[in-house]
Amino acid sequence: MNDVQKKIDEKPDPRKKLIQPEKILIINSSPHLHTSKSVPKIMWSVIVALIPAMAMSIYYFGLPAVWMISTCLITANGTEIVMNYMKGEKITISDGSAIITGILLALTLPPSFSLTSAALGSIVAISLGKHIFGGLGYNIFNPALLGRAFLQASFPVAMTTWSYPITSKYSTVDGVSTATPLGSFKFEKIFTEYSDLLTGNIGGSLGETSAIAILIGGISLLVLRNADWRIPLSLVSSVFIFGGIFWLINPNQYPDPLFHLLSGGLLFAAFFMATDMVTSPITPKGGWIFGIGIGLLVVIIRLFGGLPEGVMYSILLMNGVTPLINRYTRPRIFGESK
Amino acid sequence: MKLPTFKSGIHPEEFKYFTESLAIEILPLPKEVFIPLQQHIGAPCKPLVEVGDVVKVGQVIGSTEAYVSSPVHATISGSVKDIERYLSPIGIRAEMIHIVSPEESDESPESEKTNNKIDWTSLTVVELKNRIKNAGIVGLGGAAFPTHVKLNPPENKPIDTLIINGCECEPFLTADHRTMSEMPEKIFIGMSIIMKVLGVKNGHVGIESNKPDAINSMQKLANDYDVGVVTVKTKYPQGAEKMLIKAINGRKVPTGGLPMDVGVVVHNVGTAVAVADAVLSEKPLTQRVVTITGNGIKEPKNLMVTIGTRFSDVLEFCGGLIDETVQVIMGGPMMGIAQYDLSVPVIKATSGIVCTTDYKQVEPMACIGCGSCVNSCPMFLMPTRLARLSYIRYWSDADKMGIMNCIECGSCAFVCPSAIPLVQWIRVGKRKVYEIQCDLVV
Repeated sequence: MNDVQKKIDEKPDPRKKLIQPEKILIINSSPHLHTSKSVPKIMWSVIVALIPAMAMSIYYFGLPAVWMISTCLITANGTEIVMNYMKGEKITISDGSAIITGILLALTLPPSFSLTSAALGSIVAISLGKHIFGGLGYNIFNPALLGRAFLQASFPVAMTTWSYPITSKYSTVDGVSTATPLGSFKFEKIFTEYSDLLTGNIGGSLGETSAIAILIGGISLLVLRNADWRIPLSLVSSVFIFGGIFWLINPNQYPDPLFHLLSGGLLFAAFFMATDMVTSPITPKGGWIFGIGIGLLVVIIRLFGGLPEGVMYSILLMNGVTPLINRYTRPRIFGESK
Repeated sequence: MKLPTFKSGIHPEEFKYFTESLAIEILPLPKEVFIPLQQHIGAPCKPLVEVGDVVKVGQVIGSTEAYVSSPVHATISGSVKDIERYLSPIGIRAEMIHIVSPEESDESPESEKTNNKIDWTSLTVVELKNRIKNAGIVGLGGAAFPTHVKLNPPENKPIDTLIINGCECEPFLTADHRTMSEMPEKIFIGMSIIMKVLGVKNGHVGIESNKPDAINSMQKLANDYDVGVVTVKTKYPQGAEKMLIKAINGRKVPTGGLPMDVGVVVHNVGTAVAVADAVLSEKPLTQRVVTITGNGIKEPKNLMVTIGTRFSDVLEFCGGLIDETVQVIMGGPMMGIAQYDLSVPVIKATSGIVCTTDYKQVEPMACIGCGSCVNSCPMFLMPTRLARLSYIRYWSDADKMGIMNCIECGSCAFVCPSAIPLVQWIRVGKRKVYEIQCDLVV
């Protein structure tokens, strides 16, 4: 066989005379066209979609919000660079994923949270949340939520100490700590007005309070197809349905479904945390299961758990199930018999 | 109005504006041609001529006894200079017959014998089949499967529908588009012949909605021939057999099956024209319409090209390449084959030559699990998983996940934001799985 090939190769190629200029052409395997989308573009569009929520957090909580966001941004990117250096790879901060992690973590922290702890949380989010698994694309859990879970475990009191926005009518001059709407309902059965829930004029984490700002950013994500629309839709509707069922059973003990949707970090998590591409299923059916699963867990934790808020743990739990969901929701191949 | 289509798929930019309004021109006969002995799927032909022989246009110069095969013909008159292995546009060195025309030849491509047009309706099915087979017709959409094999379905597979594929969903290409605009009658005659051979009553032509003039010219004649012209949604890969069948009559070809399993035969419009030529004027397949396009060529054109003409001759007729051209692709940009040497000949499967100055290398990143490939796959596979399984050499797992169902349309690699060579890895996996299956049989 080799001799034959040799013979072929050695034979003077009659075409040699035919070829006029030597033009260098690039060969590659088809397809020769590629979409204009890229990972950095998707990440940056998520960052843009987070701007309304960031703006509202600064409007409501003032300078502390600015410090919090910048601390998390700087530490997250710094950790990213250190991790890149330790792994001996190119610096990857330009892909925007560390920026997103930083912003997401900052926006889920209470406004009066200490900046040092926030920086620690960012370091954990990027190193243990992402790079220890191999970097962007390989992590199992949402890095920002993992960082937040770490902070929740380490600083449980500080993580649940809330203050009212500076614009709030409930706010007092000395800025005493308060409870979130979820907390006040769970422990004291006090309702917060829907108008305050919508605009975010309530106690809570930095970016999670204003439903309108979250919706603006979230819907822009869905319209530009940078997030799977099935996840927020199924998550929100499953919270609405499961929460509604309990409300119908006993309206005095359980909050109504709309309150479920607008309070706590639910909307923020539905649009920005659960839709994280890396940690959510890739199949269409998987997206539905993922969203419904989170919604169910949120309702259970909120109504029966020891904590007022359960979105973070619900998403982390479902992140862990994602590989299994992918495996069992393989789409039926075109023409495959049932 | 919602146009019929299939689920998922992609919308690449079309780039058809280069050539969609240009009439088909005829390329003057080249001085020399290189005719590969295998231009089809199936057994290669054996040369019937020897070096030094004098051949005439349309003379059979290669054939074989094998059933799944198709004869090749001399496309110019002249003498056989040599029979050697030359580089073929599909990337291998293939045996080709090199024919050189004498200096004083004044042959022109129009000199076809159109005088003896016959009434084909008087011919029997067997005669029709023989004419199609002897004319060396293969599927001109790009796959080059021998047409006569498709016209001979096994008896246990009743055929009730013929679909003529005029989708041309590949960006850039307009050869089928111009064929439909300019010679609808020939297409319908070819279609009627194929319908008679298959004994079917239902005939449809599927055309994507981005070719309104082609739809118009086809619709005008459709009633005379009692066939339907169906406008389908412009979407890639609408022209894939299985996707087109799904769009037109809703049938799903079973996995691992062929269109005949659901009673359908699909042919390209170019094939229909070739069938009409073969039957009406007994003209073998020596020419085909080729789109020469892209921003890398000086004068984009739709050309009637003699098979065996070197790419360099064709491109020269179109003004040549501009200096910045970095890629020349045979076929469309989604499934075509990049060429590095322009001395390769045009073969029966060459539907276009795309010359482009746009090439940017993108460094692949890790999969971020966005699911774009899963959402775009017309076969509902999980390309990212299949590519990964190929990459880590888990061939049997890839097989279980349905890797052999991939039609290699390239939609997954197109949409991937991480620029992972998905379909490329899947091709590797398919080949490997195929080899393993062959080994198991032996």
